[in-house]
Amino acid sequence: MASRIVATTANLIFGFVLVFGFYLVAHGHLTPGGGFQGGAVIATALVLLIVAREPALVGMREHFLERLESFGALTFVALAMLGLGTAFFANTLADGGLIFDDAVGFGSNDGNLNTGGLMPLMNLAVGLKVLAGLGAAAYLIYVWGDPEGGGGA
Amino acid sequence: MNPMLRLVPVLLLALLFLRLPTELPEQGDSGAWADNGAASDDYYLNNAQNETGANNIVTAVLFDYRAMDTLLEATVLFTAIAGIGAVLHKGRRGWSLKNDDDKGGEH
Repeated sequence: MASRIVATTANLIFGFVLVFGFYLVAHGHLTPGGGFQGGAVIATALVLLIVAREPALVGMREHFLERLESFGALTFVALAMLGLGTAFFANTLADGGLIFDDAVGFGSNDGNLNTGGLMPLMNLAVGLKVLAGLGAAAYLIYVWGDPEGGGGA
Repeated sequence: MNPMLRLVPVLLLALLFLRLPTELPEQGDSGAWADNGAASDDYYLNNAQNETGANNIVTAVLFDYRAMDTLLEATVLFTAIAGIGAVLHKGRRGWSLKNDDDKGGEH
């Protein structure tokens, strides 16, 4: 258990880091960032919580992160399968799909979230996968890596 | 083997890699490479927004043109997590890398 100062600061910052991470993921097709970067930021928030508090207090169920990572990877592959009529990873939504299909002008423009076709969904899938993967790595190292068998979980 | 001898291939590789940037075109200028038909950057800059609908062309390359690369990158991450779990996972399957008495499933 970290000191009370660290735990309090982590509690304060946690929400802001989460929001920034999800912003990076959701706007991946418009601004710098994307699934990997946003997922890494969200994983930073998870690591902050794990390090600053006992992992048992974080309240994660066992194998939750592993399942989340597998879910993200399967979603990514499933989205890629959607384009199998033309090619694996073909962006079927970009031109006349159901959502995310607005046309984009050439050059710099205001940015429209409803663009990019499969890309926002893929960013979301990869973001889930990366946040779960990096979070699981930190969690496993913290809980199992202690030679004294500590970690409290 | 003489340690100094081992330095020779390292230095040769370093020379090679240090020379590579001098061969690249200036930033934003693909003129010489475009003549060879090798300038994919111009293609991405001119067509990515129209073809993929994404303003962020880096994401357009990562998640559309070269999405297979992203998939395998994610696989690398998955393998890393699996490796961490395999190395640190003590006892539960009845064996331990550390071969100590700590075989209980107390975690």
